[in-house]
Amino acid sequence: MTVLTALSELTVSRHNPLVDPQLHIWDWQIAVYLFFGGLVAGLMIIAGVRLITVRPQQREALVCCTIGPLIGLVFLSLGMFTLFLDLSHKLYVWRLYTTFQITSPMSWGSWILLLVYPALGANALTHLPEAIPALAKRFPVLVTISDYILARVQLVVGIGFANVAVGIGLGIYTGILLGTLGARPLWNSAVLGPLFLFSGLSSAAAVLHGILILTTPDDERPAFADFLLSVMSQLTQARPLDKNVAPVLERADNSFLTIELALLGLLLLGHMTSSGVHQQAAGLLLTGSYASVFWVFVVGLGIILPLVLQSLELDNRIRHTLAPAVMVVFGGLALRFILVFAGQESHWFQF
Amino acid sequence: MSRFAMVIDTRRCVGCNDCVVACKTENGVPEGYCRDWITEEVHGAFPTVQLEIRSERCNHCDNPPCVSCCPTGASHVHERGGVVLVTHDKCIGCKACLAACPYNARFIHPDGYADKCTFCVHRLEQGLLPACVSVCPTHCMHFGDMDDPHSEVSMLLNSRQHHALMPDAGTKPCIFYLT
Repeated sequence: MTVLTALSELTVSRHNPLVDPQLHIWDWQIAVYLFFGGLVAGLMIIAGVRLITVRPQQREALVCCTIGPLIGLVFLSLGMFTLFLDLSHKLYVWRLYTTFQITSPMSWGSWILLLVYPALGANALTHLPEAIPALAKRFPVLVTISDYILARVQLVVGIGFANVAVGIGLGIYTGILLGTLGARPLWNSAVLGPLFLFSGLSSAAAVLHGILILTTPDDERPAFADFLLSVMSQLTQARPLDKNVAPVLERADNSFLTIELALLGLLLLGHMTSSGVHQQAAGLLLTGSYASVFWVFVVGLGIILPLVLQSLELDNRIRHTLAPAVMVVFGGLALRFILVFAGQESHWFQF
Repeated sequence: MSRFAMVIDTRRCVGCNDCVVACKTENGVPEGYCRDWITEEVHGAFPTVQLEIRSERCNHCDNPPCVSCCPTGASHVHERGGVVLVTHDKCIGCKACLAACPYNARFIHPDGYADKCTFCVHRLEQGLLPACVSVCPTHCMHFGDMDDPHSEVSMLLNSRQHHALMPDAGTKPCIFYLT
């Protein structure tokens, strides 16, 4: 007896570029933009908290309050540049700032991005003369500004809270931007906002931790010109454990990574127990075409391995290296790439 | 108030692509792109196979996610008939509306802005039907005001079985297919 297989086929004559046969409207530019957005959000929150809670005698606090915001300004500008590269009607980008669309996360984000610059700048200026004395000597006005801010405790606290608030807004926005797009089931989760926020926090803690390790004063400290070349050799080179430096950011990073892992689990759990389209979307990451890169680069090398390594480092069981910080940063970048690409592949059933 | 809707009789549609050609001609749609298209859906096992041919386009939804996600207000609902339109010189080409549309009905025009079916709003303002409806050789396409109970589309929807595309997506599409 011959059993005939039931057909269920859809043939579409549409052939629009970027849309067919598979939606691919957003490429590396958006993934990099979301990564930088999350990273800057994390830098802002850490900078704000350190500004409020810690006196700046510690080198770690100075790096968090001053160097973090300064590199945050660079990362933010790079992120906005990649976003600009993605726009297909670039000459009209100014239209973003002629209106506020309350239902559009992108409109919220474009205005939040404008708040980031002054907040980060104020945070950086507060202790800039102590963090970079050479710069303050060349530009005495920086000392005047710093003195003006530091003489007003309420202003310092205000700047700190502003950075925390805008940082949380920016970090969540990068996830909500995708999470509100109901047509793409993989993205369609409120968990994406906090997930990107905590991923940004872990990346920021890792970046600051890396800066502290690389700038730890010792005999082997590289000259600035050799900085980039020396980073590779620093990956496996044991560094002296600075009691005032490493534990704070490593413990914070471990907490952020643990929460990020939990949120990632909740995202997938939510999808797997939801409708068919959401189950299919989660399958892209769990067992589908993105599974190998997701499990290896995001979960394995980006979260679990650095979590284990940093825990062992904190217990002084293994050498203290730059490797976990680098893994966390690349894990955060991989998360954005995989979610941006896989999300565009997820779709509603046509029938 | 009026609410424009399109009703397409899948028992009459033969997938001849006249609607596609008419749209491209009327609206100057660039080569390699289309605002409307033909979909053939096949279900079942031989010899009881069921074929549905549909002329598809933007569904001009009542709850359009492409409008709510637009950061500049370029995507908007026209006051006449609830037609969803894009103001080209407000669009920045962020492509959020393309990601938001579950029907993949939008595309990026070679000039950079998001483009899609307009229900031929320029023809509607002259009292004409959309180009696709006007050329259909089997008269399977009907256009009118869904809020008017005496309109052709309202009477067809009241008298015939019909379905919309992906109703579970929650967009409340305004194109209906008679079955």
